Amino acid sequence: MAALYEATTLCVLNVGPGGSDSGISGIEPSADDDQVVVTDSARSVTVYKVSDKKALGSWTVKQGQTVTCPAIYNPQTSEYVVVTDSKVIRVWKDSDINIDRAFKTTVSADVWRVLSVPDSEPLVLFQRGAVRRLDTLLADPQQPVENVLPEEAVIRWSAVLNVEQQPCLMFLSEQKGETLLLMQRRHPDSAARYRLEGGEAPLSCSALPCDGGVRLFCLYSSGSVYESVVPIRGAGGVVEEVQPLPRTLLLNLPVGEGKLESASAVSLDDAHVALVGVPHPSAGPGKDFLCIWNTNFQTLQAAKEMAGRIYGQLWCSCGKLYVPHGKSLSVIPFKCQKSSLAAAMGKLRQAGSNGTIASAEEVQKKVSAFLSNLKNLHVIQVAAGGLASVLVSRCQEQPGFYPHSALVQLVHSQCLSYSVCPHLLTLALEKKDYALCQFCLQVFPDIPEAVACSCLKAFLSESDGTLDTVSLERDSVAFVEGLIANSTQEGGETQSSMPLDMKCPVGLHKAVLLNEILQVAYSDCFLLLHLKTLSAPQVILFLQYLQFLYGKYSQDLHTQVSALRSPAMTQILDWICLLVDAHFTVLVMAPEARELLSHLHKVVRLQVKVFSELGKIEGCLQALQKAKQSGDVCQYSIEVIELF
Amino acid sequence: MGEFTVHRVRFFHYMPSGICAMAFNRRTERLAVARTDGSVELYSRTDHFFQEKVVPGRQQRSIQALCWVGKRLFGAGLSGEIAEFDLDNLRLKFSQDAYGGPIWSIVCNPQGTHLAAGCEDGTVKLFEILEDQIRFERNMGGQKGRIISLAWHSSGTKIAAGMIDMIKVFDLDSGELRSRGSRMQQSQECVVWSVLFLSDIIVSGDSAGKVKMWDVNTGTLIKNHQVTEWDVLTLSVSQDETSLFAGTSEGTVVQFQLLDVVLGQEEKEWVRTRTFKNHTHDVIALAEADTVIISGGMDTQLVVRPLLDKLDFKSRDSSLLKILFPQRSLVSCAKKAGLLLFQYPTHLELWRLGDTEGHGPPGCILPVSRNPEKLLHLKIKGEDHVCCSAVAPCGEWIAYSTTSGIRLYRLQRDNKNVSITKVPKLPKVLRHAHQLCFSPDSSHLYGTTSSAVHVVALTSAGCKFEHSLKPNSCVEPFGNESQEISDGKFLASANSNSEIHIYNMHKLKAHCTVPVYRSGVSAMGIHPETNNLVIVHADHQIFEFSIEQMQYTDWSRRVQKEGLHHVWLERDTPVINVTFNPQNPNHVILHDSYMFCIIDQSLPLPDRKSQFHNQLTLKSLPEAERLKHSHAFKECKLYQPLLCVDMLENQSLVVVERPLLDITTNLPAPVRQKKFAT
Repeated sequence: MAALYEATTLCVLNVGPGGSDSGISGIEPSADDDQVVVTDSARSVTVYKVSDKKALGSWTVKQGQTVTCPAIYNPQTSEYVVVTDSKVIRVWKDSDINIDRAFKTTVSADVWRVLSVPDSEPLVLFQRGAVRRLDTLLADPQQPVENVLPEEAVIRWSAVLNVEQQPCLMFLSEQKGETLLLMQRRHPDSAARYRLEGGEAPLSCSALPCDGGVRLFCLYSSGSVYESVVPIRGAGGVVEEVQPLPRTLLLNLPVGEGKLESASAVSLDDAHVALVGVPHPSAGPGKDFLCIWNTNFQTLQAAKEMAGRIYGQLWCSCGKLYVPHGKSLSVIPFKCQKSSLAAAMGKLRQAGSNGTIASAEEVQKKVSAFLSNLKNLHVIQVAAGGLASVLVSRCQEQPGFYPHSALVQLVHSQCLSYSVCPHLLTLALEKKDYALCQFCLQVFPDIPEAVACSCLKAFLSESDGTLDTVSLERDSVAFVEGLIANSTQEGGETQSSMPLDMKCPVGLHKAVLLNEILQVAYSDCFLLLHLKTLSAPQVILFLQYLQFLYGKYSQDLHTQVSALRSPAMTQILDWICLLVDAHFTVLVMAPEARELLSHLHKVVRLQVKVFSELGKIEGCLQALQKAKQSGDVCQYSIEVIELF
Repeated sequence: MGEFTVHRVRFFHYMPSGICAMAFNRRTERLAVARTDGSVELYSRTDHFFQEKVVPGRQQRSIQALCWVGKRLFGAGLSGEIAEFDLDNLRLKFSQDAYGGPIWSIVCNPQGTHLAAGCEDGTVKLFEILEDQIRFERNMGGQKGRIISLAWHSSGTKIAAGMIDMIKVFDLDSGELRSRGSRMQQSQECVVWSVLFLSDIIVSGDSAGKVKMWDVNTGTLIKNHQVTEWDVLTLSVSQDETSLFAGTSEGTVVQFQLLDVVLGQEEKEWVRTRTFKNHTHDVIALAEADTVIISGGMDTQLVVRPLLDKLDFKSRDSSLLKILFPQRSLVSCAKKAGLLLFQYPTHLELWRLGDTEGHGPPGCILPVSRNPEKLLHLKIKGEDHVCCSAVAPCGEWIAYSTTSGIRLYRLQRDNKNVSITKVPKLPKVLRHAHQLCFSPDSSHLYGTTSSAVHVVALTSAGCKFEHSLKPNSCVEPFGNESQEISDGKFLASANSNSEIHIYNMHKLKAHCTVPVYRSGVSAMGIHPETNNLVIVHADHQIFEFSIEQMQYTDWSRRVQKEGLHHVWLERDTPVINVTFNPQNPNHVILHDSYMFCIIDQSLPLPDRKSQFHNQLTLKSLPEAERLKHSHAFKECKLYQPLLCVDMLENQSLVVVERPLLDITTNLPAPVRQKKFAT
């Protein structure tokens, strides 16, 4: 997901006559991340401190001279370099007050750009395509400069990138209706020419290093963004032959009527590209936006409206975008996260909440649509998880917002698990949404023991009255109803020696929820740890309920009550054991638990008795089996067989 | 088909003996197997390991090693004698003391001219093989320590001898001893149970559980494979010396193969590849026969394990074969009197079957009104084991033969008392018989030797030699008679060459012969009414030959034309006995070790696609539809393993079962093995 932050105005523009030119020819990084060198298209160069929106220094050339290339900062020597009147190179330092008194020299050919190279000496690119290092050029300014390009060729764009720790200079030249990309590297000394597909010159270009090459993004006036991968060959040598450079379409942006006239694109990372001058797909005409698009999923990630007219210029430096618009130059910080479909989907949601905050009903509708649209199970699991996380985090931020039915729907899609969206269950507990809790307990296969225990605590401490208002799943309610109905029918009639026919110690819905807890998967050593945090009354209540369940089960009544999900006898016994283990000393000391413990003791005694009886039967059965075998191995018998 | 009353007999305590030596003859494709009771069995590899001949055992005879020299079979044992077996007359040809104490091993040289015997006194004794005897040539070695195992190099000039803690190599040309191998185990004594002499290495298997490869020239250890914690008792190598097997005390057979170290390169190494576990006890003998590995040991069974990498397609040969039970009948049944005669190696038992007065539906066990009764326990005179025995149908005569003589007894039964008298003055020609049988009216005894059938008339006064029948065509001795069957008028006898001769007993002369089939005769019977001879071969083919018309019957031609069902042909134990239902002339009763089968000749034969075992299907069908689905073969697997199935005159069946569990519980305890959680 990408985001654009608050815009700040760096300076007021000196808009040229007619208003078609922003008056800025270039913005280059300066001494540190917070400083930029802004070059006026007329005569001046200004260094700004971005966070303070303050000019640190400004230099202006004499009247009659013009700055013909954006000034750059050379960090190697802490000097600024600029070219005036195409042939005069000027170098100065921060301490120089007057640029005319600083060093200047005249070279023998017209310079197109001075390009700063990271960790190296700047390069000088001449208009006819020759390249020199700045230091060698300054040492011998009048050295002859060869012509690489024919006279009619025009350089449209140039850039220097560090590819595989080597600076790589590339520039686009347009001549006779075809656009060539020229690439030069120093170590090894190599040059290559590529012909761009389509012929026409792009409106704007941007390059990024990638694995084994350079990715070149080109924005055309049709609104299309193409990507070409320029391979970097390891071997040196000059390839005179022009090679074709294939391109792939990344984005096809709606342009409206006509063609784009002034627009600019800057690639931010391998999946995001910032565009200015291209209309926003859903905004009306007459408004200009700065947009960040995801090229992997063709989704709009962020947009910001730019007041006033846009000049089709855009620079990117140190995590900030620089856009001249109207009468000001705005600085807009941005952030791009790693691109994923979940993030792309989540963006759609956030777009809703960003603009007009969607109500719970709208969310519900969107979630339904989202679930019904997505068919692929893998995609839906990731996406549903992301969606649930977004909803949960919004719920946590906005106290009033709680889309119950949307969450229930997500849980019911069976795509969620505890680990995908860990805060959902705790949120449901916080909001006392016990119905959602029940669904989560039923559906999630991986609830940690700690969370299961906190659910248990919440259920036990909640009053029956509150719980009975909650609407729970019908099948599980019917199961407990069946159990309780049986106990009330027969409870009063016979008073057996065992307290099997006791009344249900908890309310109907609490029993339903406790049953869900019993069926959660757990490992006992972890659970034991958390069970110790239960208070004594909670333990006694739960034990009473378990004892009630055990009584019902040992009467075989549960077999009469059919249910899809019901706790197994072993689960009940395991929980009793765990509870007694965890709180044995407390139970022994508590007077109100005495009766309970003695009943449980009776239960155990009964079990032991049953098992010893079974052991006896086993012996008898074995003897029977042996007797039968001995009859089988007799030495002689007369049998009757029939053959067919 | 109908109901049958079945006498299910389990009181025949047959106990097979452990296998102690094996030798495979590649030329004749015969496998000789020696057992601990001194008997030697011959199996034909080409005939699905059909047991062709049995040389009966003898008390005190122990065979440690067998060795084929051409078609001659030599054996030697702890008695210190080297013996040759007479495979025509099924007895010892001669035996000669080697004067070196117990013999542990004998081998013959590749040329087949000499035998070497490894003796207790530490000498290797060389014998020259002559026409009818062997002659001592010289002694080699002679230091202390017994020679346990021997191996002859293929060049014939060197012998490797495995001893205790040592392997010695003798050079026959120079006569010098080239002793190799130091103490093999530091702590305890190590017995070299088996050695192999390959072209460039010596392989040894020892009591430390190791298979070791030694360099012949330097005597250094090249490779050591720990195969088991117990003993490696036997080794066997394939003819091309690329595959090697080791049998261990744990009952496993371990294969080693000479494989490329790197694929496609010259360098090769012996690699342990497979382990077979088909035995519960020690594997004492191994034989490699091209596509199968045959193993035998203390658990008495002979296991033929196919090497699937050498077989191209699935056939009867590609399945595991276990031979546990004898392929001849050790039980004879007096049909009229309801008596069973059980043949043990050193005694005979005569039992009278029990009786019942009850009736019941199929599947029920009837109450026994009279228990079976052991009438007689007859100990054999002399040291030789019984080779055949018979009881007359009337139950009044019993005869048995050992290799040294035939004895005939007259049995008289009152209500309670049984008295037995030996019949004196048996004819001199009848000194030893391969097969004995009585005529159906109990008036004659027939005994076969390797050359003739002798007829003895029996009267209450005694016996009288009547005639010797010889086959018409046969000039040379035709091997041993293996089967003999008579219906009173005719007598058929088959020999190990699958030739069947039929004699007319009224005219006392040869009647005809049956065309020879490629597979051995495993069982035959003459129908008492139609005089048709039913022959079953080891490959399960069934023929019916009309003796009177001297040609195959129509039913037999139909069987050959339509072919037998593949399930029948794939059975792995041969049919042991053929008998008939006296009530229904269409019924032929056959049995092998794991089933008995009643063939109804009036029903159609099962075709290729039909279900062969259809008894359960038929049972579930209503009676009207049964006939439509039934075929001639009515198989019953209720009782197994079977040693005998016969039908008494009152149409009740007798089945003699020997449960496997009873055999395994009588075996000695196997070596203790650590099992999980014990």
